[in-house]
Amino acid sequence: MPENKEIETAGEIAKAMAQRPGALLPILHAVQDELGCIPASTVPVIAQALNLSRAEVHGVISFYPFFRSQPAGKKIVYICRAESCQAMGSAALEAHAKQSLGIDYHQTTADGSVTLEPVYCLGNCACSPSVMVDGELHSRVSAARFDELVKA
Amino acid sequence: MSTRVYVPADATACSLGADPVADTLQGLDLDLDIVRNGSRGLYWLEPLLEIETAAGHIGFGGATAGQIACLFASGIPDASHENCLGLVEEIPYLQKQQRLTCARVGITDPLSLEDYADHGGLAGLEVARAMAAADIVSTVTDSGLRGRGGAAFPTGIKWQTVLNTTAEQKYIVCNADEGDSGTFVDRMIMESDPFVLIEGMLIAGLAVGADCGYIYCRAEYPKAIASLNQAIAIAGEAGHLGDFQLEVRVAAGAYICGEETSLLESLEGKRGVVRFRPPLPAVEGLFGKPTVVNNVISLATVPIILARGADYYRDFGVGRSMGTLTVQLAGNIKQGGLIEVPFGVSLREIVEEFGGGTASGKPIKAVQAGGPLGTYVPSSQLDTPLDYEAFKEIGAMVGHGGLVVFDTDADLGAMARFAMEFCAEESCGKCTPCRIGSVRGVEVIDKIRGGAEPDDNRILLQDLCQTMIDGSLCGLGGMAPLPVLSIMEHFPDEL
Repeated sequence: MPENKEIETAGEIAKAMAQRPGALLPILHAVQDELGCIPASTVPVIAQALNLSRAEVHGVISFYPFFRSQPAGKKIVYICRAESCQAMGSAALEAHAKQSLGIDYHQTTADGSVTLEPVYCLGNCACSPSVMVDGELHSRVSAARFDELVKA
Repeated sequence: MSTRVYVPADATACSLGADPVADTLQGLDLDLDIVRNGSRGLYWLEPLLEIETAAGHIGFGGATAGQIACLFASGIPDASHENCLGLVEEIPYLQKQQRLTCARVGITDPLSLEDYADHGGLAGLEVARAMAAADIVSTVTDSGLRGRGGAAFPTGIKWQTVLNTTAEQKYIVCNADEGDSGTFVDRMIMESDPFVLIEGMLIAGLAVGADCGYIYCRAEYPKAIASLNQAIAIAGEAGHLGDFQLEVRVAAGAYICGEETSLLESLEGKRGVVRFRPPLPAVEGLFGKPTVVNNVISLATVPIILARGADYYRDFGVGRSMGTLTVQLAGNIKQGGLIEVPFGVSLREIVEEFGGGTASGKPIKAVQAGGPLGTYVPSSQLDTPLDYEAFKEIGAMVGHGGLVVFDTDADLGAMARFAMEFCAEESCGKCTPCRIGSVRGVEVIDKIRGGAEPDDNRILLQDLCQTMIDGSLCGLGGMAPLPVLSIMEHFPDEL
């Protein structure tokens, strides 16, 4: 989407939702759902709709790990790093993921296919280790299973 | 007549292939009525296929789409089938439980109001509607219900504080930001029995005079969010909400927002930075108005207390830990899942009898109780009863009821480092002990593990932990040192 179109879309979303109490998080979610991220260029229109400063909006975006300012890869892969998954060997899974994809957390592969993110608990702790790919949860993920999920 | 078959739509069950099982069943040329229930919480058996029979539900564990054709090859299988687990209700893991809060979880269709009412739903709300506000509050106080989010503060006292305030607007906020590792019961309630949470919030509203509520739910729980939104729409259409405005708000991945004041900031559209207390949220909470902030389980337990009476609930449990605890058994465990039992059951009974020991088959080294800020309980203390006071005596905490089991291969020194790393990652940044202390904690642990002046650095680490405990503004910085200290105490060889 061209930048001016993104700004227009974000502005429309912000205006439509501005009257809700505590509207900023719902607006940011809606913008990210629509545009895939919250581009820096859309911050001024969001701020304007809520009568906030750009710094306040930027501060909220940067506080929450879920919000991103840059587009993600085609797939977003979350690996759970929390204790239950560690008890079932997630540290080795993380190492495998980083090595096989050639990227670290918060990075996207050069071909734009995968963005790797850490997550602290997916609420699937009885079947650790857990991985979430584009909102789909996977249990007891081995290195081999991880490779299948990433390639699929 | 068609035969009713149950295939869980719970997130964990789906992660193990429940959806293809349901699709395959749909394609069979048999007269089946397929219900997508929640999970009973016997997660090592998921996807657990249940078939209704005259004697009750019979179960088939670990069902895969590939096996379905075989299983149904000569019609609908009965209890004589070699893969049948027998009557689900008679599986010891389930039979030994006392399900009060989770009475319907995994049994009903989560979005059927009819099912909900048939299984005792709405009875509590009906009772509450006929009561004066103060009487609802005293019933909850008398039940002994304590906040299941972690702090174990008496729910009734919190409600009383809000009831005592005069304000044009009051709020009921449900803390569904279940971020602790090893916990998933909030997710199960929201996915598998969302109406009970709604009912609990409506009762809370009647009790304190609030007509607006928010459920602040983690973004990591897409199925729970969808289930709640549908349930709210259904309950609204059926007229159960009355004038009560109820909305689900989606969090954005910050663990600290499970802390109630940080959660309120986030609901207001701000960074989730912790507030100073006082004022308590009960006096000045959301948008500066008196606010009840309760965990999902606390609110979901209220309907049965109203329906059955305070005494009924209080008579479960021991001492000042009354009622039931929803234990979530996780980590390196053979039979992980949800176990609702009266307070007082020993940790050993949970991990050995229910859990069947570790998944790896190796001995248990430690159990981390109460989430990432909870202590590591060594195997020598497994006979401790699960109740708030007994846990306090050994320096541990029950928290939200999550138990994460580690086997003898676990590197607990690495887990201590992780506790500090996690705190550094998730600190809101407001207070120095938490923001800086956690970073220094990682560094000092690295030095100890690297063999650099380990004795001096151990003293330094203990000192740092104490500073964080004494000086942090909220439970994150104040409790992140607890797992570290417990590892230093019980496993001196590892740190």
